[in-house]
Amino acid sequence: MSKPNIELQKFRTKRGKRLLSHLITTSLQYKLWIAFLLILILLGLIGYYRQLRYGLVVTAMRDYTSWGIYISNFVFFVAISLVGSLFSSILKLNKNLWARPLTRISEIIAVAAIICAAVIIIVDMGRPDRIFYVITHLRIQSPIIWDVIIISTYLVISILLLYISLLPDIALCRDRLTQIPNWKKALYRITAINWHNHPKQIAMLQKVNKILAISVLPVAFAIHTITSWLFATTWRPGWDSTNLGPYFVSGAFMAGAAVIIIAMYFIRKHLKLSKYITLSHFDRMGKLLVLLSLVYLYFNINEYLGPAFKMVGVEGEHITELFVGKYAPMYWFVQLGGLVLPIILLFFKPFRKPLPILIIAIFVVLGAWLKRFLIVIPSLQHPYLPIQGVDESYLHYNPTWEEWAITFSSFAWLLLIITVLIKLFPVIPIKKYKQGSETVFKQNIF
Amino acid sequence: MENENSKNPTRRKFLKNLSSGSALAVSGLAYFSVTSCKQASDEKTTLLTTDGKLVQVPNSEIEDLNHQHLPATPEESRIGIPGKKFVMVVDLAKCKNAKKCIEACDHTHNLTPDRPYIKVLEMQDNEKSSPYWMPKKCFQCDNPPCVKVCPVGATYKRTDGIVLVDNERCIGCRFCMAACPYSARVFNWGKPPGEDESIPYSPETSLPSQIGTVGKCDFCPDMLRNNKLPHCITACPNGVIYFGDEIDDTVTNGEETVRLSTLLKEKAGYRYMEELGTEPRVYYLPPVDRLFPFEETTQENSES
Repeated sequence: MSKPNIELQKFRTKRGKRLLSHLITTSLQYKLWIAFLLILILLGLIGYYRQLRYGLVVTAMRDYTSWGIYISNFVFFVAISLVGSLFSSILKLNKNLWARPLTRISEIIAVAAIICAAVIIIVDMGRPDRIFYVITHLRIQSPIIWDVIIISTYLVISILLLYISLLPDIALCRDRLTQIPNWKKALYRITAINWHNHPKQIAMLQKVNKILAISVLPVAFAIHTITSWLFATTWRPGWDSTNLGPYFVSGAFMAGAAVIIIAMYFIRKHLKLSKYITLSHFDRMGKLLVLLSLVYLYFNINEYLGPAFKMVGVEGEHITELFVGKYAPMYWFVQLGGLVLPIILLFFKPFRKPLPILIIAIFVVLGAWLKRFLIVIPSLQHPYLPIQGVDESYLHYNPTWEEWAITFSSFAWLLLIITVLIKLFPVIPIKKYKQGSETVFKQNIF
Repeated sequence: MENENSKNPTRRKFLKNLSSGSALAVSGLAYFSVTSCKQASDEKTTLLTTDGKLVQVPNSEIEDLNHQHLPATPEESRIGIPGKKFVMVVDLAKCKNAKKCIEACDHTHNLTPDRPYIKVLEMQDNEKSSPYWMPKKCFQCDNPPCVKVCPVGATYKRTDGIVLVDNERCIGCRFCMAACPYSARVFNWGKPPGEDESIPYSPETSLPSQIGTVGKCDFCPDMLRNNKLPHCITACPNGVIYFGDEIDDTVTNGEETVRLSTLLKEKAGYRYMEELGTEPRVYYLPPVDRLFPFEETTQENSES
């Protein structure tokens, strides 16, 4: 199937060089970026140290607002992680060849996001020292246990998807990069697990990749649907909804696509990959984002129209609070600035150019984060029985600096994992194999 | 985790096997030697059991009688008090927000006033009807949403109807707080002040409070084990709260004892938000023919 000699020739060309060069050179900018992330992480660790020492009392969460930005951040990370399945499953199985250069970026983001989701949920626990009780004392009827199971499954599949498709490129790094530190040589040698582009190996790789691409899809849908069930299995206004599963999943795909656009922009700029991440990619991603946003818009209308029409009891109070109450500015910013406006703007071609679409994507991601805040917090502040007889501070929720520090540090972790993985491994798939008679990479973008 | 209580299972088992009858015999026969016998190794004491036999027991196996009243361990607390189905009836016509129940509860459970187990809520069903006071505790639901969602079985339903929390099992995920439609649960966000750490932890007393875990009204099972009423009932100056056993069909507010079924029938007892299907074990009697006029803050009810 493959002809190693020819391929060796091929990779001695500009393409291989360009795609590998960022693994060898380290710019000052990169070092500053890493330092910046480490500072954020350090601040978060200080916040977490205080939380471990004094308890969750250092947060602004209290008996009514018992879940805060940790949980909304968790839902956000789970949402972002779905993007891996979008590229390596949906687009791949539909033979969208243009998306191939973005597959690895999406898989890296998926792995980083799901790791951060798992960590932030531990941060939210009152007793992180008892984390293993969810294994030793598990009760399968609890949606939290379903979430634990599905998150670990998705983590494993995501890592496998990333790693298996990386194998030929790791082997390439091992063979081509000779002027690198010894630890890096060892890293490539060990992680390449004796990959030699043998036809048998390639056949196996393609088979495994296909199995993974198919199996990741139901798991990805399940992971966010189950996360939505953490809310939908309760009686809280705004959560007690059968719409929540598809609403969460569609929102996740939208947020994930926006994250990919942001990542594309910066990777293209800093790794000088404009030949591989082209204007046409931004254009197509813009169209994809419109499609995904329209689906999400549909589920949004579905989610709010019914309760807003009926205005029943606390459900009505909750809706009022969102539409015209204290959460109204945030709510309309999210719905208009993070959903409706991006859809309208992205219909026009000039807005699908790199810079405009970057700005739009940033708004979408910001909206997506705030949306999860709006899903988690206002619901908890509208219980069936009135909030009385407690301290006045229990009525509000303004996250403390510890919570913000930990949240920002979780973003820093996400970016650090992504940055390090990009720094260590080729971010655009380099090796290409023929599949049957048809060449996989027919498009001119290479 | 069960450090305090499982370190000497044999002793506990032994005491249990002796059962209350022979334990009394122990105290009667050997109280003086018992108090000082813990360290003595080989000496034995002759004891009389309930069925009239004399047994020789090594002194090391005998404990001071006070330890008999140790609150139930986490394992023991999982089983309810046999033959009981506890039930509570709150007569809304009698409550005037004296808050003595809250006070007593806060005191026995070492709670700060900002996060009590019991709340007395000012309720008004519609604009035209008069407001009334509604004391609210945990409803000890027969179909408890909190128990369903707990990932580690830290909160559980007992045979006697009580829903309890094992704070040595709780991981602090607060899913139960989100799931409870009645906002009955409070969380130990920080370390509660003035905690007596020397007593062994028991889910039946919720003491000593464990940081980072959840708590709630527990119907005071430590009191029930000793055939006493929960603190909130005895503390209430107006006899608002009736407590009793569904199987016996009797409830009492400490002053009068009435048939549960008759009370509920005659006074049209209801359960709050029946439509949720949670099957609460707390009934309310409607606020009709009130003993006190509704006053938001009077000298009497605000000072407490």
